[in-house]
Amino acid sequence: MSATVVAASRIDRAWQVLGSVPDPEVLALSVVDLGIVREVSAAGDGGLDIVLTPTYSGCPATEVIESDIRSALAAAGLGPVRITQRLSPPWTTDWLGADARRKLADYGIAPPCGASVVRVLARNVACPRCSSARTERLAAFGSTACKSLYRCLDCREPFEYFKPI
Amino acid sequence: MTASISLNLTADVRYVLRIADTCLVHVQRMSEWCGHAPVLEEDIALSNLGLDLLGQSRALLSHAAELEGSGHSEDSLAFLRDERDYFNLTLVEHPLRRGGADFADTQLRCLIVAAWLAPLWQGLWASRDRTLAAIAGKAAKETRYHLEHAGDWVVRLGDGSAESARRMQAALARAWPMVAELFDDDAVDAAAADSGLGPRASALREPWLAIVEPLFADALLALPPDTAFRSHGKRGTHSEHMGYLLAEMQHLQRAFPGGAW
Repeated sequence: MSATVVAASRIDRAWQVLGSVPDPEVLALSVVDLGIVREVSAAGDGGLDIVLTPTYSGCPATEVIESDIRSALAAAGLGPVRITQRLSPPWTTDWLGADARRKLADYGIAPPCGASVVRVLARNVACPRCSSARTERLAAFGSTACKSLYRCLDCREPFEYFKPI
Repeated sequence: MTASISLNLTADVRYVLRIADTCLVHVQRMSEWCGHAPVLEEDIALSNLGLDLLGQSRALLSHAAELEGSGHSEDSLAFLRDERDYFNLTLVEHPLRRGGADFADTQLRCLIVAAWLAPLWQGLWASRDRTLAAIAGKAAKETRYHLEHAGDWVVRLGDGSAESARRMQAALARAWPMVAELFDDDAVDAAAADSGLGPRASALREPWLAIVEPLFADALLALPPDTAFRSHGKRGTHSEHMGYLLAEMQHLQRAFPGGAW
């Protein structure tokens, strides 16, 4: 096998491993689902270079995510890993794919409505439990920076909404 | 006692520190609400807003440390600088929970600062300094949430009960003398604007007014008359509150140098 083929398979395996590293604050999503892993490439020293784009400037999970990624890749024998942060273009919930949105809804968190917003108060957030569109916002901010708190006026259950940004 | 650091303060470093320090000192005051806000949702909201500001400040301080070039870090800049080397706007160092200030002052200050940061971040997108532009691009999206939250509260309290309206108008009267500083230019602003680093302070006045004036109108708030008073926190000359704020914020790193957990 040529060195290029070996590197390509290492990168494929790294993406697979990263696909199983959960976001510590939204366990339903992996760091790949979240869209924060921007690049994985083979480094000259046989390790991997990984480029991450953090979600919110002040997200306290950023450092935990880095250390989770390091340990997952080391456990899979893919180390050493060098992680760099890339701020631009800024992370947006537009990077959550259809699969990630479905996982969020299944987990009980309403996925972001539409593209990143100007006005925060979304009017048509569907309840992730009963799918009713008759919902209202209880609080603009929730348990983590990325969510706000809603409730369903039909099934009366409160739920979290992943804010578009 | 850990000795304070001294800095090689070029115009670029000063310009970046003004923004970084304004975010940092603002969040230090906001954090005093943690566990004390009138309702749980608001406690969480203020903490969330504070985390964004802290993240923005950390990115800017790290960048300022790189520009400064003598090996400082975000931590040494935050914890080992003396008062005269802090360049935040005076407004953000004033107490939010003492000295007559209350929840109205808090939301009003959040609005005033967010409406100042919004056009500043936008102006920085075109900066010749690509790191600064990237930090601003990210922060701008967060500031939109801050503007909406604080704006909603200012309108709710200003156009609320007689008591809430009286308090919001009083908060505006307290803040107003220090608002002039937000738009005062000096040599650092001129150098930044001329060299393409970022907008000068005076360029932020019109977009700031375009954001706050409709909200103040909805909140039935009258703009207080301008006064001759000028604050100069952005030049390192602070109010009497700043030393106490730093003493609290820096105490652990000064007492236990390099302490971490």
